[in-house]
Amino acid sequence: MELSAALEGNRDLKERVERASGVHIEDCYQCGKCSAGCPVAAWMDYTPRQVIRLLQLGLGEEALKSRTPWLCAGCQACYTRCPREVNLPRLMEAVRQEARRRGRVNDRKVDIFDRAFLQSVERYGRAHEMGLIVQYNLQSGQPFKDALLAPPLLMKGKISPLPAKIKNVAEVKEIFARVRARGGDGH
Amino acid sequence: MRYAYYPGCSLEATAKEYNQSAKMVARHLGIELWEIPDWSCCGASAAHNTDHLLSMALPARNLALAEAEGLDVVAPCAACFNRLRAAEEAVRESEAMRATIGEIIGRDYRATNRTRALLDVMVNGVGTDKIGEQVVKPLTGLKLACYYGCLLVRPPKLTAFDDPEDPTTMDRLVAALGGEAVVWSYKTECCGGSLAAARTDIGIRMIYQILRRARDAGAEAVVTACPLCMLNLDMRQGQAAAVHGDRLNLPVFYFTELMGLALGYAPRDLGLTTHFVNPLPLLETKDVLRHPATRRERA
Ligand code: SF4
Ligand code: SF4
Repeated sequence: MELSAALEGNRDLKERVERASGVHIEDCYQCGKCSAGCPVAAWMDYTPRQVIRLLQLGLGEEALKSRTPWLCAGCQACYTRCPREVNLPRLMEAVRQEARRRGRVNDRKVDIFDRAFLQSVERYGRAHEMGLIVQYNLQSGQPFKDALLAPPLLMKGKISPLPAKIKNVAEVKEIFARVRARGGDGH
Repeated sequence: MRYAYYPGCSLEATAKEYNQSAKMVARHLGIELWEIPDWSCCGASAAHNTDHLLSMALPARNLALAEAEGLDVVAPCAACFNRLRAAEEAVRESEAMRATIGEIIGRDYRATNRTRALLDVMVNGVGTDKIGEQVVKPLTGLKLACYYGCLLVRPPKLTAFDDPEDPTTMDRLVAALGGEAVVWSYKTECCGGSLAAARTDIGIRMIYQILRRARDAGAEAVVTACPLCMLNLDMRQGQAAAVHGDRLNLPVFYFTELMGLALGYAPRDLGLTTHFVNPLPLLETKDVLRHPATRRERA
């Protein structure tokens, strides 16, 4: 009974991820080309190929625990090279979003950074780099991260203490609100 | 040639020299850049990591503003270029997506316009012949590693203008400017993008591999067309070298800065004085800055 419930759950998961990413999990024939060229593979727990394999085998729960989708840099090397045209970066996004929906954050730093980025965009209409760095450092518990880089950035006029807010920031806020209203993650 | 110009957030801040040099060079070559009024952030990787619809809607607002003006879009930032193209293609391919995006952004957007990378517009639009004719201070003897990174050339369905594994657009530009593009194998290796900000421990290792390969191939400097690549390769170069017990001291240029130099503009006006790895000592050993007769520096 428990086993069949688990299998049921995994099938549901696979379908959700397929729908969100547009990827057919069965398209992958496990050649490994994606992972051979992945620049981040060395730091992943499962290689990109293994993440797909987990989904194929109905072990999607395991894929949801993986750090891999959180570390994927979205560089598109795998997708460009895949002989089966599996859009792995999209799949990684979908797995990561599914994990987050279920309350799993497998790399806190990456999550904090992306959230801080989007908050900045929602608030000002643009990304404010200085504010973003400060918020990311504080929330991730690394107050002095890149501390040596900040003064030269300020001096060279490359970051500004004040955000540049667009005029029609209400319109951008509306975009976030409508995405949320549709059940999306407005962060 | 008139384009809607989408600078993107970085070009207002960490990549302001890219903005400066891009505008200068465009004006010089007769490209009119109409900056999209009140443009907003494309959402970058943070949006597509978080929500697919959000990652389509944020760029679409800007594309719609350009479309209303009847203009194609040019984006200097490789990441923005990629995100704008992705939204554009999604809307073009599906009526349903078009309707959804329209509702979310509160504007009608039909994807009748197209986004191009600034590098593509310069090299394939203006053409290397015309650029070559304008060169007054050739980059003679300057050995450069042309670094494309990922989002400028991948996935090829979106980027379309060059080969995803062995692109040559920038190499051809460097040759037209009188410089020498070295042959190397890390042209399209990813620098980590924003992962280098969130997970610097990983990022600096990716960055080091690229810079080391450039040096090993005999390059004296690296050329890029992306503000994120620049930030990683230039600003984080010190960290990347230090963790490997190395000293790299490899200047990094935006391709527009090198164009500006070759067209006769002064380094300061192009923003070359705002880099982390100072490129001036290298340039001073080359004719491009050394020759007093062609030097147009404002004292
Ligand atoms: S390259 Fe494509 S087919 Fe091969 S393992 Fe990776 S995803 Fe599967
Ligand atoms: S897109 Fe992600 S999984 Fe694919 S090669 Fe790049 S970092 Fe690896």
